[in-house]
Amino acid sequence: MFEILEKNSLNPTVTLMKIHAPRVAAKAEPGQFIILRTDSEGERIPLTIADYDRETGTVTIIFQIVGATTEKLNRLEEGQCLHDFVGPLGRATETDGLKKVAVVGGGVGCAIAYPVAKKLHELGVEVHSIVGFRNRDLVILEDEFKAASSKFVLMSDDGTAGEKGLVTDALKKLIDSGEKYDRVITIGPLIMMKFVCRLTKEYEIPTVASMNPIMIDGTGMCGGCRLTVGGQTKFACVDGPEFDGHLIDFDEAMARGAMYKPFERKAHEDTCNLFRQEVK
Amino acid sequence: MPNMSLKKNEMPVQQPDVRNKNFSEVALGYTEEQAIDEAKRCLNCKNKPCTGGCPVQIDIPAFIAQVAEGNFAEAYKIITKSSSLPAVCGRVCPQETQCESKCVRGIKGEPVAIGRLERFVADWHNAQPGTSVEKPESNGHKAAVIGSGPSGLACAGDLAKKGYDVTVFEALHVAGGVLSYGIPEFRLPKSIVQKEIDGLKALGVDIETNTVVGKTVSVDELMQNEGYETVFIGSGAGLPRFMNIPGENLNGVYSANEFLTRINLMKAYKENSSTPIKAGTKAVIVGGGNVAMDAARCAKRLGADVHIVYRRTENELPARAEEVEHAKEEGIIFKFLTNPVEIKADENGWAKSVVCQQMELSEPDASGRAKPVPIEGAFIEIEADCVIMSIGTSPNPLIKSTTQGLDTQKWGGIIADDDGLTSKEGVYAGGDAVTGAATVILAMGAGKKAAAAMDKYIQNK
Repeated sequence: MFEILEKNSLNPTVTLMKIHAPRVAAKAEPGQFIILRTDSEGERIPLTIADYDRETGTVTIIFQIVGATTEKLNRLEEGQCLHDFVGPLGRATETDGLKKVAVVGGGVGCAIAYPVAKKLHELGVEVHSIVGFRNRDLVILEDEFKAASSKFVLMSDDGTAGEKGLVTDALKKLIDSGEKYDRVITIGPLIMMKFVCRLTKEYEIPTVASMNPIMIDGTGMCGGCRLTVGGQTKFACVDGPEFDGHLIDFDEAMARGAMYKPFERKAHEDTCNLFRQEVK
Repeated sequence: MPNMSLKKNEMPVQQPDVRNKNFSEVALGYTEEQAIDEAKRCLNCKNKPCTGGCPVQIDIPAFIAQVAEGNFAEAYKIITKSSSLPAVCGRVCPQETQCESKCVRGIKGEPVAIGRLERFVADWHNAQPGTSVEKPESNGHKAAVIGSGPSGLACAGDLAKKGYDVTVFEALHVAGGVLSYGIPEFRLPKSIVQKEIDGLKALGVDIETNTVVGKTVSVDELMQNEGYETVFIGSGAGLPRFMNIPGENLNGVYSANEFLTRINLMKAYKENSSTPIKAGTKAVIVGGGNVAMDAARCAKRLGADVHIVYRRTENELPARAEEVEHAKEEGIIFKFLTNPVEIKADENGWAKSVVCQQMELSEPDASGRAKPVPIEGAFIEIEADCVIMSIGTSPNPLIKSTTQGLDTQKWGGIIADDDGLTSKEGVYAGGDAVTGAATVILAMGAGKKAAAAMDKYIQNK
């Protein structure tokens, strides 16, 4: 069992938890992920590692409440335990030889972009962080990003935080102003990553996108997380989760990501109703 | 006087049109009377051809003789001298190509139902009030077993009996490997698998689930930092193959592994399961092995009309005859000499149909095997909103890529000698991780052999 040592609400729909998982913490690297189950009947969900502390044996996860399992997860409190917590899975972010990187995060994807930015910053890489949210209330990790970046641009859809506009607008502006990146790393909604990659392709800047598809085991066994990269089928769990953004078939990934949407919506509603009944 | 009936005692089963709507076990098992009657068909041949056909050389006539006398406890003792998982193997072994194929009674008539008798004896034993297992005295040595499938369980059990302090590392949240995630409840109830695992725990075996060796911890770390003196790798062959045809990544297309894992491990067939599955209304399963039969029969139970497409003929089907028979009885339609070339999508990006090339068998080649060759221009299209690829699996590269000095074959299988010793000192391997996808009993046998060799290695160190 894996104890929740700390729980913080980052915004109304995004929560941070520090989980006691010494084996995972000992090996975790930015870019990797874990799979958890909240209870003995729960489904397995993958979440990217947001931070880790080898000394205290903790792994930080940040999740958005989108379905039944994240709803259940969010109802657990400090001192309670997760039933299962396995990792670190997938390959770590490659940082070798990088000098100047733009990290482009969107929404809760920023939770994953942050440890990457932090690691690069620690390695002495010049980091420009561009993060986007729908509005002010949803902004997370602003101070953390600022601390890890020599340039920080905050964007919001409605202009209530930072500048109004999309992360691609901000990225384009920086590139056009003469910033030369040897890599762009983008993590966020598929549609955002698709357009970031489209933009950087025009400018021929190598770009890595972190994928978070549906998966079960996370070890290469089910193939549920497969996606097409450069015409070849890859498994996000073992070959990724980061891939060459210019080669990913994002449209296919979006279709696959929506495979169980109706089921998820209903399961989420059922779970909320269950909690409501318990409260009554 | 032996029972000279030419036919086996029939196995009581759930009726096909009932069982194809539920996930309860299909075969219900012999009664004591049926078991004794069947056991009396055995001629107790001196040269025991059946034992020669058993991958782990169970003394078959000896255990059957005990069944004939009603001494079921004695029969169980004889079986477990050679086998660690009789309740499992009695259900899933391909007896018809192993022990039963050598049975003298099979020359004229049907062979003795050895598998059914094995299952009967194991189930009888499991139904007895639990006798307390004594934890063997520790010999002070630590052994690690990677993977809790048939080979790992067998290896762990034998090592524990010799007094080793054994830890089994399992990547998933449940132990059992393919017995848990792969073989469906209706063929191998999970309570039976759990019983085997509980038995190991009673012997003092530690099972650490949620530990992916190669990621969470490496073989080298287990040996260097955690004090394990010897390691057995039984990580199986879990990597699914795909056909690489257009449309294979459409929604509604699964690997058999994913489909079965959702159902067996995650219980997606239960109404309140938190893991979804879409068996669709029309399912096409590609492949002809036991896994294909399992996937097809699961899809049927979830309400789909099911086709199995296989590129050779019925004669070449690699699945057990019994599984094919059961599948047919349950209403599954076989399309032989049919090979998918494309999966077509509907307007929402879901699978809609499978386009198949029709095949014919060539003249047998030098190896004596007839090859399926395309009939030019002959295609059929089968409607399908669920397509399940069941064309084989290969060993997971995770351990190879993270263990220094562990040699593997080109196709990924770990290289090991007859005792399971790998290219790395103290490290043994067995089961599908070495042979590629094979049977439960071969894996179990390899686990036992390795346990004996590991013990010898430690004792001589």
